[in-house]
Amino acid sequence: MTLVTIAAKSIRQRWLASSLTALSIALGVALMVAVLVINGVVTRMFSQNATGFDMILGAKGSSMQLVLNTIYFLDRPIENLPYTEYLKFKQKKWVAHAIPFALGDTTEDGKFRIVGTIAEYFDLEYIPGKKFVLQEGKFLTDSEDAVFHAVIGARVARAYGWKAGHQFPIAHGGNTADIHDEKFTVAGVLAPTGLPIDRAVFINYDGFYKISGHEKPLQEAEIEEKARRDKELMIPAVQPGTSGPAGEHKASGKETMSDKQKQVTAILVRVKGSDLERSALVYLMLPLINKGSVAQAVNPIFQIRKLLDDVVGNIRTMLLVMTVLIIIVSGVGIFVSIYNSMADRKREIAIMRALGARRRTVFSVIVAESILLCAGGGLLGLVLGHGLVFVAGPIVESRSDILIDPWFFERQELYILPALLVLAIIVGLVPGLTAYRADVAKGLSD
Amino acid sequence: MASSLIEVRDLWKIYQLGDVEVQALRAVSLDIAAAEFVAVMGSSGSGKSTFMNIVGCLDQPTRGTYRLNGVDVSTLSSDERATIRNHQIGFVFQNFNLIPRTSAIENVELPLFYSDVAINEQRQRARDALALVGLVGRENHLPNQLSGGQQQRVAIARALVNRPSLLLADEPTANVDVKNQQTILDLICGACRENNVSLLMVTHSLEVAGRFQRVEKLQDFNQPEAAP
Repeated sequence: MTLVTIAAKSIRQRWLASSLTALSIALGVALMVAVLVINGVVTRMFSQNATGFDMILGAKGSSMQLVLNTIYFLDRPIENLPYTEYLKFKQKKWVAHAIPFALGDTTEDGKFRIVGTIAEYFDLEYIPGKKFVLQEGKFLTDSEDAVFHAVIGARVARAYGWKAGHQFPIAHGGNTADIHDEKFTVAGVLAPTGLPIDRAVFINYDGFYKISGHEKPLQEAEIEEKARRDKELMIPAVQPGTSGPAGEHKASGKETMSDKQKQVTAILVRVKGSDLERSALVYLMLPLINKGSVAQAVNPIFQIRKLLDDVVGNIRTMLLVMTVLIIIVSGVGIFVSIYNSMADRKREIAIMRALGARRRTVFSVIVAESILLCAGGGLLGLVLGHGLVFVAGPIVESRSDILIDPWFFERQELYILPALLVLAIIVGLVPGLTAYRADVAKGLSD
Repeated sequence: MASSLIEVRDLWKIYQLGDVEVQALRAVSLDIAAAEFVAVMGSSGSGKSTFMNIVGCLDQPTRGTYRLNGVDVSTLSSDERATIRNHQIGFVFQNFNLIPRTSAIENVELPLFYSDVAINEQRQRARDALALVGLVGRENHLPNQLSGGQQQRVAIARALVNRPSLLLADEPTANVDVKNQQTILDLICGACRENNVSLLMVTHSLEVAGRFQRVEKLQDFNQPEAAP
């Protein structure tokens, strides 16, 4: 006999109560694993490395929305900036790259976002140190015949089974009842990045504005332009996707369009210089740009961190606290189970003591039992938790566009078992002391 | 009296039940020599169980001294008494007191586990002890798969496996069918004689008591003037 076999025997003696309490620990741990994995995914997604850009410009409005639009392809697009703002901005000495984004449309079924952008976007690192890689086809080009070309994210390709050469229409303003006549051709399919990029459909910016209804009526554009120049009015440009029927569309897809008629939803900027110079520059430039009446500039990293701290961080903390509570409740369950069994085991403990078991031996038997239950439940929970992530991952992914790698093992999981060990000892303490103090003669005569 | 295994002097056990003071044992004195067989008789309520508990180091006297092998047990701590029980005393109870859902051999291994005997040696010695009581082939049976007589034999093997100097048997045949009573008694007495173990047995049966060199009536302990 060993301590463990004795403890295992008494667990088996009450297998139903024991397995139920171990199961409750397992469920708690499983939940914790799931939370940790999701937490890891979210943290990586909202990490400082979530973007390769230093600054994002957009129309005045919510800075968070601008970041959600451009980095995560989430939330409703904000108002537009005139294309002339983009041209003006591009000329600035400290700007290394300025990439326009035109947002608002979606794929035919409304599932994925259309991003109108330029070829240069694919030359840049999408996150620090990572350049775009194609799994098929080619990137967008500036050539005339590439105007209606598209590069699609890995998940889009997977979801629709699209390959290079496939042609598809897009839905105006995400309205699946309003499908544009123009069709785009898949030029390239991006390799998976594990980032929101996988869910985007990039089309040529020029193509975006060749679609009838996207351009701004020239007259309206000119009036606005004038007003802006006069700095009297602050009219945000109308969103391409939601532009109403107001005014006459003078330009058609075939005609060349005035720059005044084009708009951008956002401008993604990479500034010149070393890391330090870049952050300093962004720090200096933001207030200057924001002082103006047209555009707002945001530091995406700052917004992402804010998002993580304010929203995601709180939810994460809440979930973690909840799972810790669940495990504690399960611990109480184990306590109750063992404690209740003590009455039935008085005689058994008295027999052990009569045969020469020292008090700390019977105490250890009870604590060992608690440890076995907690550890067993914990291991089962780890398996269950990863199983849960494995099963639920794709579902979560398809519904929330959050990408989850089920094989990812979070470092914090290493703390679960030691923490359970501590819990087991605490839980086993009181019943253990009951055993420790048991009156042998009385236990035998009862 | 230095050669006595058990030396009990003026032993009192008083229980406080509310306001009432119950004298379970009153000024009991008794000596038992090494390898001596003694039967203890007495009506119920005469303090037999209390006396056996104190001699078995399961309980402590209110007053008086009890020496086992020259050691004053009444002053020892709970764990020290556990060690004494483990090394020097074997118990055979009326209701066997085997650990349920634990095989015969594991029941016999328990006292060895408590004295930190290595696991292989535990198994070997427990197997030998079970062979001694005629239970070869029943090692892995659970108590509820054994008859009353067989369970008591497991208990005897368990009591003797750690080579005690004293065996305490509390009406060991009371829950055993008539056919097996004689076998159990023979087994206990034979094993004790063979291993020079002192035997102290509580019994109600005059026939059982008749097998013993000495019979102590507990009623007499409480009346010192009537003692011989």
